[in-house]
Amino acid sequence: MRGFFLIGLTLLFALTLAITPMPSIIESYRPDWILLVLVYWCIALPHRVNVGTAWFCGFLLDILLGSVLGTHAFMLAFVAYICSANYLTIRNFSSWQQSLIIALVTAFYHLVDYWLQHFLTTAYFMPELLWPVLSNAFVWTFVFYGLRKYRRTFRIR
Amino acid sequence: MTPLFGNGPAPQTRIFIALIVSVAMIFVDHKLNAFEPAKVYLNSLVSPILYVANLPQKMFNWSSESLTSRQNLIEENAKLRAQHLLLSEKVQRMAFLERENDRLRALLDSPLRQDMRKMIAEVMSVESNPNSHQVVINRGALNGVYEGQAVLDENGIVGQVVNVGSLTSRVLLITDHTHAIPVRVARNAVRSIASGTGRIDRLELNFVPHSADIQVGDLLMSSGLGNKYPEGYPVAEVTQVSFNESLPFAQIVARPIAHLDRIRYLLLLWPPSSEHQPEAVSENPNKEDADSIPPKSQEKINP
Repeated sequence: MRGFFLIGLTLLFALTLAITPMPSIIESYRPDWILLVLVYWCIALPHRVNVGTAWFCGFLLDILLGSVLGTHAFMLAFVAYICSANYLTIRNFSSWQQSLIIALVTAFYHLVDYWLQHFLTTAYFMPELLWPVLSNAFVWTFVFYGLRKYRRTFRIR
Repeated sequence: MTPLFGNGPAPQTRIFIALIVSVAMIFVDHKLNAFEPAKVYLNSLVSPILYVANLPQKMFNWSSESLTSRQNLIEENAKLRAQHLLLSEKVQRMAFLERENDRLRALLDSPLRQDMRKMIAEVMSVESNPNSHQVVINRGALNGVYEGQAVLDENGIVGQVVNVGSLTSRVLLITDHTHAIPVRVARNAVRSIASGTGRIDRLELNFVPHSADIQVGDLLMSSGLGNKYPEGYPVAEVTQVSFNESLPFAQIVARPIAHLDRIRYLLLLWPPSSEHQPEAVSENPNKEDADSIPPKSQEKINP
């Protein structure tokens, strides 16, 4: 129960970061915080956080961003599935290999996002859409070590 | 304890269920709009997160306002006083013209124009879906905001309310590519529809014949024909006109009058015929900073 609450707290914090305004210069490089935090919990504690949690977070993100209900839920559930199905492999990768995996997953996430938006409305593809691939891969190391410290300090299992 | 074999359904089953539910939800929300009644509750559920995300900006504003020098405040006060004087003169004249207009309309047996109820709202600085132009405001169903309500700023029309929560609501801007507004050219009352393009400084007029009399610099006013927006508020200014005969319609581009990229205070309008009415704004005790709006800001300007 305590672990559930502590994991929920990090997810709530990530959701808040996802909608906090940023200066317009670094706006297009905004890392997908909720995706990074979800991926971390999916590979660290796959029996606690997996598809269902990711789906619910995506649903909340849809309401917060005012997008069509279900789009972010769809994508985050898929990402959580990929990570929790391969958690043993990803766990044993070195830090830069994990960053590479994160970059791939992020590219997948944003391309599916664009595809859904294009399918539902008439969004146009802009290459700036893929800047988070780099920023996510860069931020991942810090998120990973930060959350590992958090998990070990509070002994979340 | 970490179980060796996970309990509950297999990951494949879970992802299958999640994807089916998501696709069903996208269909129901996008095509059937069946979530509208539930959205009030859903938006109210997440509004604490919105208020928390708004905090950093609020703190910056508060500190910049409380650190303003005395000199700046005096200058600003003088400027506002001058502006207030000029506007008061216009209001006096406007009251006279409104009475005259009412008298003339009475002579013609036309229905009188009635005043609208108004309320001031503030834009919360939170991010929205990058593919659409939306802002979140700090007024919701508890203040009487309803879906489809017109939203203005001091220059012109900004957009309409699309989602209502109990304490926040979401405004779709006129430049969003899913939005269109019926307009009329102020000079000669040519009617058209201005639709958003997804760019914050650009509207396009659809289906304008080559023979239409529209020039660069024409002011487009809302025509009130869609029954969403009240009549006669400025919407956009025509910036580019090209009558290329090889295309079926004239290409007309306009720029919104309201500065949509730097809106902060907005005005919500309640038409007199609407069944919705604004609720009195109860002052929140933890909002004593300068941007909070006193209850009397919701007033009826009578001639």
